[in-house]
Amino acid sequence: MSANNDEINNLLNQDYKQGFITDIQADTFPVGLNEDVIAKLSKVKNEPEFMLEYRLKAFRHWQTMPSPDWAQLKIEPIDYQEISYYSAPKSKDNGPKSLDEIDPEILEAYKKLGIPLAEQEQLAGIAVDAVFDSVSVATTFKSKLHEVGVIFCPISEAIREHPELIKQYLSSVVPVGDNFFAALNSAVFTDGSFVYIPKGVRCPMELSTYFRINASNTGQFERTLIIADEGSYVSYLEGCSAPQRDENQLHAAVVELVTLKDAQIKYSTVQNWYPGDKEGKGGIYNFVTKRADCRGENSKVSWTQVETGSAITWKYPSCVLTGDNSVGEFYSVAVTNNLQQADTGTKMIHIGKNTTSTIISKGISAGRAQNTYRGLVKILKSAENARNYTQCDSLLVGDKCGAHTFPYVEVKQPTAQIEHEATTSKISEDQLFFCQQRGLSAEDAVSMIVNGFCKQVFKELPMEFAVEAQALLGLSLEGSVG
Amino acid sequence: MLKIKDLTVNIGTKEILKGLNLNVKAGEIHAIMGPNGAGKSTLSHVLSGKSGYEVTGGSVTYNGKDLLEMPAEIRAREGVFLAFQYPVEIAGVTNVYLLKAALNAIRKHKGLSEVDAMDFLTLVKSKTKALDMDEKFLYRAVNEGFSGGEKKRNEILQMAMLEPQLCILDETDSGLDIDALRIVADGVNALRSENRAFIMVTHYQRLLDYIKPDFVHVLADGKIVKSGGAELALELEEKGYGWLEQA
Repeated sequence: MSANNDEINNLLNQDYKQGFITDIQADTFPVGLNEDVIAKLSKVKNEPEFMLEYRLKAFRHWQTMPSPDWAQLKIEPIDYQEISYYSAPKSKDNGPKSLDEIDPEILEAYKKLGIPLAEQEQLAGIAVDAVFDSVSVATTFKSKLHEVGVIFCPISEAIREHPELIKQYLSSVVPVGDNFFAALNSAVFTDGSFVYIPKGVRCPMELSTYFRINASNTGQFERTLIIADEGSYVSYLEGCSAPQRDENQLHAAVVELVTLKDAQIKYSTVQNWYPGDKEGKGGIYNFVTKRADCRGENSKVSWTQVETGSAITWKYPSCVLTGDNSVGEFYSVAVTNNLQQADTGTKMIHIGKNTTSTIISKGISAGRAQNTYRGLVKILKSAENARNYTQCDSLLVGDKCGAHTFPYVEVKQPTAQIEHEATTSKISEDQLFFCQQRGLSAEDAVSMIVNGFCKQVFKELPMEFAVEAQALLGLSLEGSVG
Repeated sequence: MLKIKDLTVNIGTKEILKGLNLNVKAGEIHAIMGPNGAGKSTLSHVLSGKSGYEVTGGSVTYNGKDLLEMPAEIRAREGVFLAFQYPVEIAGVTNVYLLKAALNAIRKHKGLSEVDAMDFLTLVKSKTKALDMDEKFLYRAVNEGFSGGEKKRNEILQMAMLEPQLCILDETDSGLDIDALRIVADGVNALRSENRAFIMVTHYQRLLDYIKPDFVHVLADGKIVKSGGAELALELEEKGYGWLEQA
């Protein structure tokens, strides 16, 4: 009986393939955090005065906040004075002007990750912003996007070039004091992507940011801000990986999305941070605040995430449905293995009339991992005829892992309609044997069953990402999605 | 094609098969009948390679090779097919995907190239039609929400697509109404050929009204206690199994 389980485990225990370290010269701040460090950071990034004030305000607020405590997560205390808050590849001046100025080692690193940055090799139809440790090293297709008025650049550049947009929208969705990690991020964030889609423009290509943590003892604090002006549309992809290191590294990002009237943002993530080894040593702590404000009527935001990495994932991409008739969607696959812990889910806050939200969450646990879905659906008094549909499914592989579901529902409006479905299942010996009896190897059988389980979510991913997501699960693809 | 010699099998410490002998040649249909608990399902499972059974003695030779040495998926690729008594459901995996994956796994084993997508569709549609199944079944998740009869028909569809040499039907008639039984039987009869053999495991004689066996064997207490032609099934229907077990 256990033979099949062993095969499942072997399959899930494939080594982390993005664990290499790139040897480059870097400017890295000494460890430690105080107001001087923040001032230095702001200076290094050539920021206008208002940003320094913003950062210091956030830092002072952060110091008053207690470190959060979670019921379902086991976390070693983090010493914030032992982290370096800035690490950038050395460059001649304030960032590379062209690809020729980028350290070839870095280009090589992205190439290994399957993200070619050189013009002739660029992926057709996808513009990439590559963030390496604390800075953006390259953004492709910038000029082509400029032609239609789309701004896609590192956020540090946007702070210098488009301060009016930054002042208007930064922290307008996630306030500086929203939570412990959002406050920390606001104080020390170094780079990330900025997107502005002007009125009525359908962004002609997928936009993508690839985050790579390379340096040791650093944290990555990236900040992403996407604004879709009236009647616009953009599809945005986010990918991440990190070297294999014995110590835990902190990744505390903030992502803010704003959609105005009739606008739509589709945000997809394939998260593959280093998960730590089989004994739970090392790995990334992924504490992320992602929130969208569907500010205008008839606007829509879809979050799709495939979470396979990180030692600990703590993340709840959320939608505040402010505009009437606005729509929020959340599709998630979270895989945990060995000693990984994931506590993820979403919040849907219904404020406007006739707002609708859909939540599809698929959790897969193997080894001794713990996988928690935590979700909040809140219908305010003003949200007449709001609707929500939630489906949470858990798949267990083996008998030492756990799956937990915590759905919270708060309804203050009697016309609301809320549905919730939840299931927990195991890959059964019978399913495996059935597939093998039809000629499939155990590996292909598990892959097929897991893919089938995740199908509802995978079909929401853009094509290129669906392929990557399936490959990430260690699975062969061939048509099961679609 | 298949030679089972003195086969003994345990589940845990309990001996289920106690020295079973059976020879099956290509083109033949063998019915294995017997009371509940005689070891019928154990025999189907051991032949198809399900884990959880310990073979303690004897041998099984299939086309000259040691069948028991092969992992389940290799047996399948070599042409051993089990139609399940209780077909499982697989959420999110469409029938058509499973069929294509299985067919390609078998073709690869035989050194053939993967089946062309258009050819595959043509083939699967014609087989579906022959079994009086709606094409919609192909795009539904494997057995999910299927009725008992639909699940069994689905098994026969898989058999028709994969064209095995040795087909083992494990209680295929259980849970079928008379119309479904006829459709399933027609499907099996259409697959009869001189290079293919069938082992039908069944508790009742009913199935044999529709699929006429060449040989009927009675399995009781882990052994074949009596063998005969199709007429033996009728005798069993009349007298029950008691007279054989006591003999």
